[in-house]
Amino acid sequence: MMTKPELMKRMVKGPDGLEFEVDPLRDYYCEAPPTVMPGAYIQIVEDFFNWARSQSLWILGFGTGCGAIEMRPLMTPRFDAYRFGVAWRPTPRQANLFIISGYLSTKTLKRAIRAYEQMQNPKYVIGLGSCTINGGMYWDSYNTIKKLDEYLPVDLYIAGCMPRPEALLAGFEEMKKIIRAGKAEGANQYAENFAWYKANQKRVIHDWDMPDYNW
Amino acid sequence: MAMKELYARLKALYPLGELTDQRRDLAFVTLPAAHLRDTILHLRDKEGFTHLVLLTAVDWLEEGQFQLTYLLNNRQRACDLGLRVMISRDAATMEGIHDIWPTAATYQRELREMFGIDFPGSPRIEEEFILEGWNDIPPYRRDFDTLKYAQEAYAERPGRVTHDPETHMRLQMYPGQHPAGK
Repeated sequence: MMTKPELMKRMVKGPDGLEFEVDPLRDYYCEAPPTVMPGAYIQIVEDFFNWARSQSLWILGFGTGCGAIEMRPLMTPRFDAYRFGVAWRPTPRQANLFIISGYLSTKTLKRAIRAYEQMQNPKYVIGLGSCTINGGMYWDSYNTIKKLDEYLPVDLYIAGCMPRPEALLAGFEEMKKIIRAGKAEGANQYAENFAWYKANQKRVIHDWDMPDYNW
Repeated sequence: MAMKELYARLKALYPLGELTDQRRDLAFVTLPAAHLRDTILHLRDKEGFTHLVLLTAVDWLEEGQFQLTYLLNNRQRACDLGLRVMISRDAATMEGIHDIWPTAATYQRELREMFGIDFPGSPRIEEEFILEGWNDIPPYRRDFDTLKYAQEAYAERPGRVTHDPETHMRLQMYPGQHPAGK
């Protein structure tokens, strides 16, 4: 399975001339699986946290499919999602909302899983478009998944092919309600059912060449 | 017409099949695989077909053959000529043209992955092109059952319904009418 040369254990010569051993899968990644993040010690504090979280939705700018096109007008003055406290970020470490924008080929799914796992808690996933719900027009494709919540914990689906930017704005508002109600527990679900998610992911990703948890 | 003249000139040199005159600026011609290289070199060096537009394949399952289409472009005269080569479907192998046009190597990698046609000696031909970890017969072959593969490989959400658009809209707009009232 792990046949890629860049992932093999090997000796590397540093710029100072010293040779040392590198085992990329152990050295570059955290081996510990994700853990459930407990809520605050008292409910009112947790509610306050959730209110604050709902006000800062930072989206990972990772367009997986054609739905990414619908996100572009939201970043510009016409629909301007920034007035709702929604912003796009270039890296997973800076984002807490992952929008799977359309179909996911198994190749992209691998990258989406890596990106999701690199995001910091608390984190949320929105499935955008029919493709993430039941395959949409790619229902009989040989390399796209049809049910996103088998592989990543989804908090909210926005239906449509494609949903218009207005639908996304409504989706953001809905997402805020879910977060404020304390029901956006996707990251904890992922940690609790980690083995189940991994088994599903490995069933469709045949050349699994990354650690089980990409943190 | 220019294409007919070109065909007549080529026919004198190589054993060509019939000319399919698609448009004023597009024609196809079938030829044996053994003469492909000579014909391409002749077209490139003597006839001004300097650009490879695409290299693609068609699976003729019933005939047990693959059809390779090499589409060449003559910029000077703004016309395209497609060379069609039929090769056997089992153990499909073809001589590469990556030394004539380096871009062909990419097409050849794609054909190897999606149709299983081998081009020995083509650069990086062994590497995966688009698919990662593919474990079935090449997906563009017509005996590959895409739907069956999708149903077996990927989890489905129950309750998916497909409507025929015409019947569905007819029922929506004229609820009393019989759906097949055409």
